[in-house]
Amino acid sequence: MENTLRDPQKLPGWGIDANPENDPTYPMREPRMNVSQDPDSKHRPASLQPEDVEVLKSIERPNVSAVFGESSPPVGLSGMIRRFAFKYSESHYGHWLPLLLADRVNVVEGIIEDLGQGKVPNIFAEKGYAAEWKHNRTAFVAKMATIAAVTIGSILILTRDNDKKNKYQY
Amino acid sequence: MLAMDYRGPKRVRATQKPMPEIKHPQDAIVRVTRSCICGSDLHLYNGNVPDTRVGMTFGHEFCGIVEEVGSEVTKIKVGDHVLVPFNVACGECHFCKQGMFGNCHESNTQASAVGGIFGYSHTAGGYNGGQAEYARVPYANVGPTVIPEGMDPDDAVLLTDVVPTGYQAAEMAGIQKGDTVVVFGAGPVGIMAARCSWLFGAGRVIIIDKEDYRLEFARNYANCEAYNFEKDMDDPVVFIKKQTDFMGADCVIDAVGAEAAGNAMQTITGRKLLLQAGSATAMHWAINSVKKGGVVSVVGVYGPTDNLIPMGNVLNKGLTIRGNQASVKRLLPRLIEHVQNGVINPKALITHRIPLEEVAEGYRLFSAKLDNCIKPLLVFPSSNI
Repeated sequence: MENTLRDPQKLPGWGIDANPENDPTYPMREPRMNVSQDPDSKHRPASLQPEDVEVLKSIERPNVSAVFGESSPPVGLSGMIRRFAFKYSESHYGHWLPLLLADRVNVVEGIIEDLGQGKVPNIFAEKGYAAEWKHNRTAFVAKMATIAAVTIGSILILTRDNDKKNKYQY
Repeated sequence: MLAMDYRGPKRVRATQKPMPEIKHPQDAIVRVTRSCICGSDLHLYNGNVPDTRVGMTFGHEFCGIVEEVGSEVTKIKVGDHVLVPFNVACGECHFCKQGMFGNCHESNTQASAVGGIFGYSHTAGGYNGGQAEYARVPYANVGPTVIPEGMDPDDAVLLTDVVPTGYQAAEMAGIQKGDTVVVFGAGPVGIMAARCSWLFGAGRVIIIDKEDYRLEFARNYANCEAYNFEKDMDDPVVFIKKQTDFMGADCVIDAVGAEAAGNAMQTITGRKLLLQAGSATAMHWAINSVKKGGVVSVVGVYGPTDNLIPMGNVLNKGLTIRGNQASVKRLLPRLIEHVQNGVINPKALITHRIPLEEVAEGYRLFSAKLDNCIKPLLVFPSSNI
């Protein structure tokens, strides 16, 4: 690959948006509106989405936003951890670290949920390994071999400990 | 309906899910015709964004046909083919009134910094996204924009995020005519930021990444200089200083965010242990390689976890270093004009078309940078456009 310096003025569109008259560019050009200058700064839409599922709410705002997503309401142990997290503000470790923990717990819950529905998750397919197999086969095989070797090694070490215990039992 | 289904870090699948419903009078239901996987989706995919719940559908770059509208929707009608900006924005709150549609105060209950974003964890509102056959689109009078006649839907779908985010990155960099602009990250947004930097009159544009194929793409698409930080230099900051007569670049754009490579300590603490808001390597390079009094523009997504600086909030709240989620609605008229005039050619970024059924392979392909993937587009069994 080779880099060459170009004359930018010959590029299509060069400088086309450099003129501040070109709205809507330069968003900071207008003086920033103060909350106190906005006669309706607390404006809310007339209609509010009904809360028919549990929605966790940041303690940094007084109310539930007029619309919200409800893709995955809090459930189970992960839901309990999430409810705990939402007792803290967004500037606190107590908020974000429990949420990360809840996400990991939620993964296990997802597998249990699948099994409960008689569905064994196809981890190979869900991880998209077919793409690795097709486009990155050598590295993929090496990675899998490493994981297998580490796993087998761990099992052997654990087994060896058991043998030692037996060896000195009379 | 068929939809992408998040099952945990690096695990997704296509699953049958219930059809979305109108939940608010300003909602619309859209039958998705195009949907992309975005580089920011990879932060979710890798499990780096807190409150990303199992069962969620990602996807904040999509367009589709309006199937149903709520009683208060007047700006679009059933049958319209619309592009849907990634922001969920009411258009009426204090922040929307200032054009900060990415910071709407009436679309995200669960965090106060960022507004609602389709398919982007509960930290961004908990909305299911558009990597599905159908999607619920709140505030349908505000965001969804009818695709202009004659515009290729492949161009339109990239106007929902990649193009505006790249454009706003250049805009926020405060580029003056003749400036030297450095862009960290040659993903789709970085490439678009480099391309758009010329529109503001840059005199020199340099893009830095570690994947040769992406650099080659950027060199051709954005007409910029492109360098590999693993092969062409020992230290990116020193390299840029040398390139700029030891002054530093006038403007630097961070188009990488939390997944940055290039520093082992950042990788361990930020990407692996999640003890800070992702790996801040690109952010460090940006701050250290810009000239004194220069401008750093941040569109790389950082997580909201504790850090020395809450960088995620600098991005999400639009503070001055100048970072923000792109306010797509504000920029759309100008960008549609640029696409129609041939100044920007968004669809040239699309390198892969992947059936929704194979979404797991699509994510793996994009995440692992396989098969020279720049931008994957999901195609839908129910879409015939």
